[in-house]
Amino acid sequence: MMQQDEMIRLENVTVRYRLPQEQVRTFKEYAIRRLKGKIQNIEFLALNNVSLSVRKGEVFGLIGPNGAGKTTLLRLVARVMYPSQGRVIVRGKVAPLLAMGAGFHSELTGRENIFLNGAILGFSRREMEAKFDRIVEFAELRDFIDAPLRTYSSGMVARLGFAVATDSAPDVLIVDEVLSVGDIAFQEKGLTRIRQFREQGTTIFLVSHSMSTIQKMCDRVAWLNHGEIIKTGSAKEVVAQFETAMDSKNS
Amino acid sequence: MAISPSNEKFQTLPVYDSAQRGFAPLIELREIWRYRDLVTQLVQRDIAVRYKRSFLGVAWTMLNPLGMMVILSVVFSQIFHTIERYPAYVLTGLIAWTFFSQSTSAAINAMVWGGDFFRRIYVPRSIFAIAAIGTGLVNLLFALVPLVLVILVTGVPLRWTILFIPIPMLLLVCFALAVGMLLSTLGIYFPDIVEMYQIILLAWFYFTPILYPVDILPAEIQKWVKLNPMYPIIEMFRQPIYEGKLPTIETFLLSSGVCLFSLLIAFWIFVQKSNDFAYRT
Repeated sequence: MMQQDEMIRLENVTVRYRLPQEQVRTFKEYAIRRLKGKIQNIEFLALNNVSLSVRKGEVFGLIGPNGAGKTTLLRLVARVMYPSQGRVIVRGKVAPLLAMGAGFHSELTGRENIFLNGAILGFSRREMEAKFDRIVEFAELRDFIDAPLRTYSSGMVARLGFAVATDSAPDVLIVDEVLSVGDIAFQEKGLTRIRQFREQGTTIFLVSHSMSTIQKMCDRVAWLNHGEIIKTGSAKEVVAQFETAMDSKNS
Repeated sequence: MAISPSNEKFQTLPVYDSAQRGFAPLIELREIWRYRDLVTQLVQRDIAVRYKRSFLGVAWTMLNPLGMMVILSVVFSQIFHTIERYPAYVLTGLIAWTFFSQSTSAAINAMVWGGDFFRRIYVPRSIFAIAAIGTGLVNLLFALVPLVLVILVTGVPLRWTILFIPIPMLLLVCFALAVGMLLSTLGIYFPDIVEMYQIILLAWFYFTPILYPVDILPAEIQKWVKLNPMYPIIEMFRQPIYEGKLPTIETFLLSSGVCLFSLLIAFWIFVQKSNDFAYRT
């Protein structure tokens, strides 16, 4: 079971995608191939026997090249995916920033979208009413809140999504390259908010390709490659090793 | 870490455990209840979005069945001239059928094309099917307004038996939810289902006595039509309004049994497969 101050725990987690060699999209095709014994799946291990543990208040980073399994790991923690093998335990309210703006509809107004997005994030109507003014304030969209979302710029949409997702401090915050939201000023505001969460004891799970962000923010880092953890340790140590490995590969 | 007052709060935090043992359908039901506000939001969205840009807006939910009724009456009232007040006859069946066909199609579409959701955030998977049926139900309630109008205009007496209507509506909801969930589970594996279902629906429509009375069919075929689960539901919806007759106890019990049983089975299959959805979309 979980230890006292553990927030996220993965025990020997494997995620196995089955990729059909050729896409079989119709019944007829499926039936024919099935009869001929021609359904062959390539197994693809997105994560292979991964174990890790994140304690309360930690900022935990994931690094690794594209396709290493970082996003799959985030999805497991966000409960979007279910492990093929192994066990995932997460304590507390999770705010996945990968769900920023999920369900936004361009024909609805900013106001309507706030309530819809809030419900998707698992908040009740009453909770959203209490949050509403703060969200609008933070997103700096007071004048546009009753205009349909299709009239917003992409930066405005991103600001609204971020504001809804981060209005109240979650127990676990999942961040996937989110810091590229809106303009520089808003990015700074977003970072400040994430830092505040951290001070309040929120556990942060962060994926980034920017080593400077990782080093600035993270306490501990796991380096993922081909679905396996190469190394877990302090941010400085792991990033240094990762960069050396990447350099030697590139040269 | 020191034991502090905040530690107490910490111990009471909800825990998600992928290895959690429990009866999956029950867990899903609990989750649906927790996300009940999302159902309302999704229904509101679907209705608002559908009519937002049109001038007459929600009035179309009422004009649509009326228009259909006018066309079908013009086309078929000569053929079925034995049926008195054909517009009222056809509209009662049509409203119930339209609810079924629209809401099941919407449920399948939401599941099959809603993949974006599933990869980004956890919500109980069945929420989309439930919301689709909910939207259909709101439209059905709107459509009752022109129905009452047509009844009054064509001179069908308004009788107390109309109060029975919520019961067939409930059965209709159960059955639509069952079909919607079953087909959306299939649709995740074979997206072709979405297109195929439209053809099945058309055949099903003609196989159900909506435009015509069941007794014009030869006895041989009538036997088969009575196996169609939609047949007793449509009849139970139509008879109290159109003929002022309540269904027999047998019809009612049999149809309720079929609807509830199919809903249970469909829900069970859906829940068994729902963890697979993120791998597929």
